[in-house]
Amino acid sequence: MTVVIEVVGLRKIYSDVVAVDDVSFEVRKGEIFGMVGPNGAGKTTTIECIEGLRQPDNGRVNLFGVDPGQTRSAIAERIGIQLQDSSLPTRIRVGEAMSLFGSFYARQADSGELLERLGLIEKRSASFSNLSGGQKQRLFIALALINQPEVVFFDELTTGLDPQARRAMWDLVRQIRDEGRTVFLTTHFMEEAERLCDRVLILDDGKIVALDTPEALISSLEMEKRIVLTLPGAPEKLPLSDLPQVDRIERSGDRIVVYGHGERFAGPVITALEHAGIDFLDLRTEQPNLDDVFLALTGRDMRE
Amino acid sequence: MRGLKQLTVMNFKLYLREPIATFFTLAFPPLLVLLFGAMYGNDPSQLYGGYGTMDITMSAYTALILGTIGLLGVPITTSGYREQGVLRRFRATPMRPLTYIVADLLTNLVMTLLGMIILIGVGWALYKVRFEGQVLSVFVAVVFSGLTMFSIGYLIASLAPGARTAQVIGMVIFYPMMFLSGASIPLEVMPEGVRRIADFLPLTHVVTLLRGLWFGEGWGEHLTEVVVLGGILVVGAGLAARFFRWE
Ligand SMILES: Nc1ncnc2c1ncn2[C@@H]1O[C@H](COP(=O)(O)OP(=O)(O)O)[C@@H](O)[C@H]1O
Ligand SMILES: [Mg+2]
Repeated sequence: MTVVIEVVGLRKIYSDVVAVDDVSFEVRKGEIFGMVGPNGAGKTTTIECIEGLRQPDNGRVNLFGVDPGQTRSAIAERIGIQLQDSSLPTRIRVGEAMSLFGSFYARQADSGELLERLGLIEKRSASFSNLSGGQKQRLFIALALINQPEVVFFDELTTGLDPQARRAMWDLVRQIRDEGRTVFLTTHFMEEAERLCDRVLILDDGKIVALDTPEALISSLEMEKRIVLTLPGAPEKLPLSDLPQVDRIERSGDRIVVYGHGERFAGPVITALEHAGIDFLDLRTEQPNLDDVFLALTGRDMRE
Repeated sequence: MRGLKQLTVMNFKLYLREPIATFFTLAFPPLLVLLFGAMYGNDPSQLYGGYGTMDITMSAYTALILGTIGLLGVPITTSGYREQGVLRRFRATPMRPLTYIVADLLTNLVMTLLGMIILIGVGWALYKVRFEGQVLSVFVAVVFSGLTMFSIGYLIASLAPGARTAQVIGMVIFYPMMFLSGASIPLEVMPEGVRRIADFLPLTHVVTLLRGLWFGEGWGEHLTEVVVLGGILVVGAGLAARFFRWE
């Protein structure tokens, strides 16, 4: 497994704020690596230290085997960057921005095809200032891909995108990975990290809280799973309490919640109900997610 | 310097899409010719050493264009780009900072030359204005004076905390200079006190140098201007390079 990014003991202090505090991790070639955490966690500081745009106060960063802070121009050819905060000249047109930025690189992607993929092709002659927030974001993502980068950095990938565009963006990022590129993204949407990333680093207050695949993070919690269902006219005694996977059952009228554990938990419950000839409606399983992981590890709720 | 050509061409297009900047660079000086030409004509005058008012305004308005671009255009655009995050986006590419600066200088010089061509075209069509110098010599002087004015602009952009401040500083420096340097109103018609102040204004030296070369004087007769402007250029560019911020 080739390591493309190596961060060791990274620390960054702004006057009185320790923005990033002794952070170490590796990113492997060809993975979608996500850094997730609330606003102010230190995500942008970390990603920009890796991009060579900020200098760490302590520790070191290694990108393609060199220090990005020292050899920026060589590295800049091989990476793509979408910054959390940046802009373009107000009157530049979408197509012009693509060819201008393309001209800065030795290797260029087909800008028409990129605009097509990002749904901007009909906005080709629109001025930057006339684009909506989501269109601007998509243009910045197109610009990050203009040089066919080996590693792409997205800082707050889907900020400003509506849910439909967000899903399309996830597909695009998976395609980028499938082309053999490495993706490093930050987000403060736990769902995005969970659904999109191969591995997730949870950052809070400048420190690493956890780093693993979303599945491993979630199952490490050993949290109870829930099945919520409606049983009209079911008998008082349910055939479920004897199942080894079931921990307890809560009942209020027709609605019951079955708490349990195990990889396959819903299956036996459904089988047992069908076996007993009990009709059920609206069966819904509730899995713990990364929000629960964050809550369990930090004691704070990301959703607030 | 990969991207230099594309960036310069793009800058140039963007400049022409800014109506206010384009107006003051390309249209305002010829409008002054129409206005003051109608008032004073171009009859040879003792006051101007035998030249007409319009003859001497050609070089003066060229200095005016340089002052407008250097002291207003450069600081407003540069600090605006920094404040909005445009410079941040450029810095994330392999384009070198020097490429950005050179493209910006080229754009501003080309805009200046374009402004001059329109200005002289109007002056020649209406008043057959005289030119007695060497084209190359005047060209070099325009580039030299331009770099001096632009370096002041970059210095303002580097020192000002934000775009608004940069704009205000530029205006505070430029507007008095516009009227007191001979760039818009000949110093010959100014009272003695104003002329003494004028000696301390950088733009006055641009006006003097350009007018001299315009009518065939040699560089040797303008060592004062060369030294003053050269000093401003070296100090201004040095400080600007020292204090320039991309974000
Ligand atoms: N340029 C800066 N100057 C001062 N403080 C900063 C700067 N950038 C970030 N910070 C502070 O560092 C902390 C981490 O910020 P940031 O890296 O932007 O976090 P995130 O991207 O996770 O929201 C925050 O407290 C923020 O206020
Ligand atoms: Mg951020």
